[in-house]
Amino acid sequence: MRRSDICIAEIAECFRGESDILCNPIGISPIIGGRLAKATFAPDVVMTDAVSVLATNTLPIGDQDAPRVIESYAPYRTIFDIVWSGRRHVMMGATQIDQYGNQNIAAIGDFQKPKAQLLGLRGAPGNLINHRTSYWVPNHTKRSFVSKVDVVSGPGYDRMSEIGEPSNRYHDLHRVVSNLGVFDFETPDRQMRLRSIHPGVEIDEVVENTDFEIVIPDNLELSRVPSEAELEIIKIIDPTELRYSEVQDV
Amino acid sequence: MNKILTEEEVVTQIKDGMTIGVGGWGSRRKPMSLILAIIRAGIKDLTVVSYGGPEIGLLSATGQLRKAIYGFVSLDSIPLEPHFRVARQTGKIEATELDEGAFYLGLMAAAHRVPFYPTRAGLGSDMLEMNPELKLVESPYPDESGNHEQLVAIPAFDIDVSLIHMNRADQGGNGQFLGPDLFFDDLFAMAAKKTYMSCEKIIPTENLLDEGSVHTLRIPRIFVNGVVEAPRGAHFTECPPDYGRDEDFQKLYAATAKDPTLWESFKSRYLATDSHQEYLRMVDSQEEEK
Repeated sequence: MRRSDICIAEIAECFRGESDILCNPIGISPIIGGRLAKATFAPDVVMTDAVSVLATNTLPIGDQDAPRVIESYAPYRTIFDIVWSGRRHVMMGATQIDQYGNQNIAAIGDFQKPKAQLLGLRGAPGNLINHRTSYWVPNHTKRSFVSKVDVVSGPGYDRMSEIGEPSNRYHDLHRVVSNLGVFDFETPDRQMRLRSIHPGVEIDEVVENTDFEIVIPDNLELSRVPSEAELEIIKIIDPTELRYSEVQDV
Repeated sequence: MNKILTEEEVVTQIKDGMTIGVGGWGSRRKPMSLILAIIRAGIKDLTVVSYGGPEIGLLSATGQLRKAIYGFVSLDSIPLEPHFRVARQTGKIEATELDEGAFYLGLMAAAHRVPFYPTRAGLGSDMLEMNPELKLVESPYPDESGNHEQLVAIPAFDIDVSLIHMNRADQGGNGQFLGPDLFFDDLFAMAAKKTYMSCEKIIPTENLLDEGSVHTLRIPRIFVNGVVEAPRGAHFTECPPDYGRDEDFQKLYAATAKDPTLWESFKSRYLATDSHQEYLRMVDSQEEEK
């Protein structure tokens, strides 16, 4: 079993139980995982074709010519309207993430004159404060799982607790999936917890590659391995194996 | 009514120090023939407000951009605009970076002539710290618990001139988009003191429904001061269904951000041309050389 396929099954798991929301994963593995969830156990979410429509059929990633079964129209402006309505679960990337889930995709160094300009805030501030959000980090190292992010694009639980109610009422940081494991914030003070570890990964590997103290439960579970049927669907969604360029096997 | 202008006539309306709104999104349906006319005219100290693409990269590379106000700056297939990256990392331009949805509200506030629109976006993130001019506003209405919620007040953008590119238009300035997404071009047109629209083709008003339904007529002429016929006017950005993005040319442009020699030759070959038609001839001759 390749690590990438395990990651994709666990990304799909982030969307289990969702229906009648816009399932909006961003990036290669998130899109494959989101489409896998919709094709299997979460059929009632809606998804975009990554251009401007909501399509009900299972689309191969990046294929502009694949026939679409269109159920509605969702140009960019509508996406923001959906963000503010709250009927959305986004999965974004995180160049840096800390123990309370603060995410940085904006810049390394000082914002005024960054050492490295990254993508920018993008929609992160609005996403986090309006609806459920998960993250995908394909390269789990001390440089990505950091004790302090350089810029807070998407606020985590400590920031949200500071601003308090009612502003924080829609904040719902769900899960973080990395190439080493799955993480959540289901701890008393909302610090990041290792939820499951991918088969073939040692706990020490997670600890050594994380620049903060991670909560490790006594009854740590193994991440789920995709079924044969799921692997077939993953191949349909990603026929050119883009996923293997994002996550290396060890 | 006839509002037909040339690119050169449009840029006489743009002065040093002005704030320019640019329609489109990333590397999609950008009014590039008008941006190239601004570069030829050498207009300086500009502020650009946009869902940014190559207009921000080009104008910062030519030294004509003082400030960028944006939700992001991307070439889509190249996620971060490379000249913008250089400009930010060298501190060459000022930047107001907003949440993408907050940016929409700044445009909408300008279009509707209200001072701001409220949003939760920005609370808890560093957007407020990065932009100290952003203020909070308290809701005058209590919620069910009696709390008066604090929201971020996104100020209306102050745009002198907006530039947008449509697939079709009539001579009076009614614009039509035939692609998958209007983006925010109607709001750009409404938000500015003056708006100039380029288009692939000017057609008689009675033919506006030949290629698209009534729902594609989203730019009414009351918001348009001039219309320019510019076939392939969005090159190298995409303008579907008329044409896709010129990915090869975009790569060629992107590579110039890493190499001053490449940039100089790009500039003299493509930006020193005296018209959009001449620019296209240079682009096509480069294609043939391959």
